Amino acid sequence: MNYRSSIFVLTCIGLGFAFLYIPILSMVVFSFNASRLVTVWDSANSPTLKWYASLLHNEEILDAAWVSVKVAVINATGSVILGTLAGFGLARFRQFRGRFTLNAMTTAPLVMPEVITGLSLLLLFVALEQLIGWPAGRGITTMTIGHMTFSMAYVTVIVNSRLVSFDTALEEAAMDLGARPLKVFFVITLPIIFPAILSGWLLAFTLSWDDLVISSFTSGPGSSTLPMVVFSKVRLGVSPEINVLATITLGVVTTMIVAVSLWMARRAKIDKASAG
Amino acid sequence: MALPYLWLLLFFVVPFIIVLKISFSDMDLAIPPYKPLLEWVGQNSLAIKVNFENYAFLFTDSLYLNAFANSIKVAFLSTLLCLIIGYPMAYGIARARPALRNILLLLVILPFWTSLLLRVYAWIGLLKANGVINNVLMSLGIIHEPLTMLYTPFAMYVGIVYSYLPFLILPLYANLEKMDWQLLEAAQDLGCRPWQAFFKITLPLSRNGILAGSMLVFIPAVGEFVIPALLGGPNALMIGRVLWDEFFSNRAWPVASAVAILLLILLVPFMMWYQSVQARETAGAR
Repeated sequence: MNYRSSIFVLTCIGLGFAFLYIPILSMVVFSFNASRLVTVWDSANSPTLKWYASLLHNEEILDAAWVSVKVAVINATGSVILGTLAGFGLARFRQFRGRFTLNAMTTAPLVMPEVITGLSLLLLFVALEQLIGWPAGRGITTMTIGHMTFSMAYVTVIVNSRLVSFDTALEEAAMDLGARPLKVFFVITLPIIFPAILSGWLLAFTLSWDDLVISSFTSGPGSSTLPMVVFSKVRLGVSPEINVLATITLGVVTTMIVAVSLWMARRAKIDKASAG
Repeated sequence: MALPYLWLLLFFVVPFIIVLKISFSDMDLAIPPYKPLLEWVGQNSLAIKVNFENYAFLFTDSLYLNAFANSIKVAFLSTLLCLIIGYPMAYGIARARPALRNILLLLVILPFWTSLLLRVYAWIGLLKANGVINNVLMSLGIIHEPLTMLYTPFAMYVGIVYSYLPFLILPLYANLEKMDWQLLEAAQDLGCRPWQAFFKITLPLSRNGILAGSMLVFIPAVGEFVIPALLGGPNALMIGRVLWDEFFSNRAWPVASAVAILLLILLVPFMMWYQSVQARETAGAR
């Protein structure tokens, strides 16, 4: 097969990536700008780290970040458990009652507009509080439940597609040799789908960390997440501290993604070597 | 398996029933701000009061219908723009060398993992009156007055296309990657020009990828809130924003619920279409 692409396709790829990356890079560059005007470069005093220092002393942002971390970690862990179970069920049991509903319920949150999910969850929490007194008020718990509901759908898709593509002969062999189903799951299945579970966890963390709409509907007083604080700041105009926040986020995400993909590439190579 | 099932039933399906119920309720100056549907009247009789006023209101006030129409228009045009930009990119990545392919794919995924809010915010810095684009154009002498770009429909389209582009590229790439490129070579051997071969073979064969990617852009874009709120200015009439304002500013929970139900009715056919396309894609992969 030849890998030569036409000039037209190459130009499109170049322009497309420029479109994707110029905004991101501009935030990185201007995070080192001394001027409060953000987009006007102050060449006399830049580059500077002063906005990095001021971000680290911004109590409001730090508190919100802490709330976001808590919600994101609980959400990611819970979504992975529920999503793996759902993905496993859908991939391994071709026929069971409710399969169609489960499939639809795990696809719908992927495309459902967030305003609808957010509103409906809030109305549920209000109705439940009236009926059984739980949840008493809204805050981190209700937010986490909301995030898990849509994050687990993503985990389900990832785990399901990994399970569908792997050879069930391994599981069958283990069972022939006398392993109980639960043991087969933990000793054979789980290690094989572990990369999918890891990606699912990271994705669920990111989705929660980034969510504004569902958090706004389901949060209560005193439990503002980072996106909620950023949103109210950004509505008032640009702020140099937000550029810093964006740069730090980008740095962390890039490191994580590169590390995970290198690790997975190595794993795939080892798998191939041991299989061949 | 029962656990995720019950979870989704309780936190995804039941809430819609409640939204449906509240959309038929009267507004009330209380907490929560709506009246119950079922009321005990007298000793042993239970009265159901179903109120269609919220829906009637949506159809009489032109604001809501305009917002619906505008959201569909914006989402449709954004999807089209994403396709025009994203198709050549997905195609190019699918035809690159395998080693390069993974790097390019990683570059498409990376922005998707960084915060949407922050990426939308980046466009404010680029588009505003003394922003980066105006500064560059003015220093090059191309324009003398700063262009008004922020808080216009243009800014909103840029924001939506920018944010949703990876959602279109990834399913399309997954589809194109499985393509048998020998078909193209055969067509060219038989005298097809490259463009003809593309329109007669590649495009029809990638139909499912195009549909899946387009749905992933179109459906959430119809209800988008963050991008119109930050980039679109006060006149950007999108239904997601109307719902948000009804709920948070006017505390009109029944009206907001009615908006949500109508939006859902509008989108469900597209969601079912998406699911059937996905089912065909996975069936084809096996």
